[in-house]
Amino acid sequence: MKTQILAIGRHPEILQTVVRLVNTNPEWECKGVSTDDEAVLAFSIQSYNMVLLGGGIEEESEERLCAAFRAINPDIIIVQHYGGGSGLLTAEIYEALAR
Amino acid sequence: MANTVLHKAETRGHASHGWLNSYHSFSFASYYNPERMHFGALRVLNDDTVAPGMGFGKHPHDNMEIISIPLEGDLEHKDSMDNVAVIKNGDIQAMSAGTGIFHSEYNKNREQTVKFLQIWVYPNKKNVEPRYDQITLNLEDRHNKLQQILSPNPGDEGVWIHQNAWFHLGKFDKGLSTEYTVKGKGNGVYVFVLTGDVTVNNQLLNTRDGYGIWDTDKFTITAETDAEFLLMEVPMEF
Repeated sequence: MKTQILAIGRHPEILQTVVRLVNTNPEWECKGVSTDDEAVLAFSIQSYNMVLLGGGIEEESEERLCAAFRAINPDIIIVQHYGGGSGLLTAEIYEALAR
Repeated sequence: MANTVLHKAETRGHASHGWLNSYHSFSFASYYNPERMHFGALRVLNDDTVAPGMGFGKHPHDNMEIISIPLEGDLEHKDSMDNVAVIKNGDIQAMSAGTGIFHSEYNKNREQTVKFLQIWVYPNKKNVEPRYDQITLNLEDRHNKLQQILSPNPGDEGVWIHQNAWFHLGKFDKGLSTEYTVKGKGNGVYVFVLTGDVTVNNQLLNTRDGYGIWDTDKFTITAETDAEFLLMEVPMEF
C-alpha cells in the first residue's frame, strides 16, 4: 500500500516538480493541487497519509487548511515544506513518517 | 560548557552522478541520515564538483536562503527573475527563494571542473519576495583574520539573508589563532575546514571536516597547518 501524499502549492511549475519528484519513490503516490478549495475537496474524497504545504501559501490559508484536514483526519501528517522541489523532499517525508 | 558535534569528512553522504560529484554534510536527495538533518538553521552543506560543460538544469526552490561559494572555476547562474551572472572563485552569491524561484547553474567552461559549496539556511520569514545578490570578496581581507561574508543586515559586510546568521572565511598561516565571539544569543557555529588542519578549542579538524559548537559565547580556532575555513553562525532554534 503506497503512502498517499497531497501536495499543495501556489506555483504551478514548482508544484509539478514536487509531484514528479515524490512520485519517483515507488512507495509514495502524490497528487498536487493549487487552491484551498481543490485541497479540501481532494482531502474529503480520498484518504491521505500526509500533506505537503508548499511555498507561497498564506498563513491564514495554512491555518484554515490544517484545521480542515485535522477535522477529517486527526492523525494526518502535515509537512511545512521548505526548499521546494529539490534535495530536501525525500528527507522531509522520511522524517515526517518516522515521527 | 559548550556542546559540540563532529562530522568527519569521510562520514558525509556522497553522490556521484558522473557530471556531479557531491558530498553532503546533512541529509540531501538520496542521502538520508536521521542523525544528520541540520545544524540549527543550517540545513544543507553540499561540497560539489561539476564536470566541464555540465550543470544543474532549471529547477525550483521556495522558502530557503541559498548561498553559493565557488572554490575553483566559474559557475553561471540564470534565474526566473532574469538574472544572469557568473559566480567566480572569490565571489559569494545569496538567493532568497521566498515565494518561489527557478534557476539553473552551469559550468560553462569546457576544460575546467567547478568546485563550489552550496549552503541552505532556513529563513526567519516565509514567503518573502525572491531576491538575489552577489558580491566579489577581497581575498586579502581573510589572510590571518576573519572576513565577514554574510550577515542579516543589508548594510553590513558581505551579502545578507533573511536569518540571524553570520558567515566568515579565514585563511590562516600555520600557528596563528583567532577567537570567535558568537554574535547572536542562542546561536551556534558550524566550522567547515576547506584546506589544512585546525583546532577548535582542543578538537583537531582536518580538511572538509565539520564541527558544530553551541551553548558557548566564544571559542578559539588555531591553524595547525596553513589552513582555510568557513564559520557559519546560525540560530539553533528557528
